[in-house]
Amino acid sequence: MSDASANSASIAPEASFGDFFALLKPRVMTLVVFTALVGLLAAPTPVHPMIAFASILFIAIGGGASGALNMWWDADIDAIMKRTRKRPIPAGKVTESEALGFGVALSGLSTVMLGLASNWVAGGLLGFTIFFYVVIYTMWLKRWTPQNIVIGGAAGAFPPMIGWAVATGGVSIESVLMFCLTFMWTPPHFWALALFMRKDYDHAGVPMLTVTHGRRSTRIHIFVYTVLLAILALGAGVTSIGGPVYMAFAIVLNILFVKGAWDILNRDEDMSEVDNFKVERGFFKLSLLYLFLHFGVILVEAIMQRFGLGGW
Amino acid sequence: MAIGKRHEIHTRRYGRNVGVGLLLAGFIAIIFGLTVVKVTRGDYEPPRGEVQE
Repeated sequence: MSDASANSASIAPEASFGDFFALLKPRVMTLVVFTALVGLLAAPTPVHPMIAFASILFIAIGGGASGALNMWWDADIDAIMKRTRKRPIPAGKVTESEALGFGVALSGLSTVMLGLASNWVAGGLLGFTIFFYVVIYTMWLKRWTPQNIVIGGAAGAFPPMIGWAVATGGVSIESVLMFCLTFMWTPPHFWALALFMRKDYDHAGVPMLTVTHGRRSTRIHIFVYTVLLAILALGAGVTSIGGPVYMAFAIVLNILFVKGAWDILNRDEDMSEVDNFKVERGFFKLSLLYLFLHFGVILVEAIMQRFGLGGW
Repeated sequence: MAIGKRHEIHTRRYGRNVGVGLLLAGFIAIIFGLTVVKVTRGDYEPPRGEVQE
């Protein structure tokens, strides 16, 4: 090897601003921002717009920080999976130590700043969420148990609770219901993804349900969790976060979602191979719309109640 | 005449430096905004009992 080639090999391409931004998992961050904003606005206590803006921003940064720490820990399996191969660390754009430093710094900053901007219940919940996602899910559960998605899903379910805590300074039945909605939604969402991204998880050795219990069992699990989710989502409609508008949307969405899960249950691998997992892909896309619309109508109900409309 | 010699790293890291600079400016604006809101709302005023003592 010549000196020139040795030099060019040793100097890694420098990370751009965008590479660091990609470490924050911007697409996941949009879900965090949206659900946290709904939690904040659905709460009965009004929040000053400046404090609301800053709080949502710090929640988003905290969510992004946990994403960066997740990418730091999972860099080895990200390099194997097709879906994650282009992330900044496996792509060689950001080093592992840079991602670690970036994630830790933003975790501390977001937690402290949220505590100062709103209250320490919200700050504490954000800190716990980051801990749960990074330590409990990423470091512990993800590579150990096929229930990784079920328990780890709690991390993604905390943002509406944090938003609610920003406004009220506490936790209540309504915020727990919003938590439960996302918590129960996560397993069918990710298992549908695992069904059509199957090779990825197999190669990476992540004990997804599809790998440990087989694909038939995963289809059954998707259906059972979807039915439980539908019961919960419809039940939430008769509480104070629900109302006629919520109920109308929830009935339609849950019928569609349960129908999707039923179709997945009644298919086998040969049928899925023929149409390249069309039903499973459709269910995955519907799951994104499902969560977005549920939180959307919770927000609509909250706004209507401010004007003396909505609610039961 | 420029105070410092322009180094290659200045060109290479231009985008990153501008990004960090804008972020810091935004952060300062947010802290300032939060401070104004909290001070005008009286968040930092001591309880009335303490003032009377």
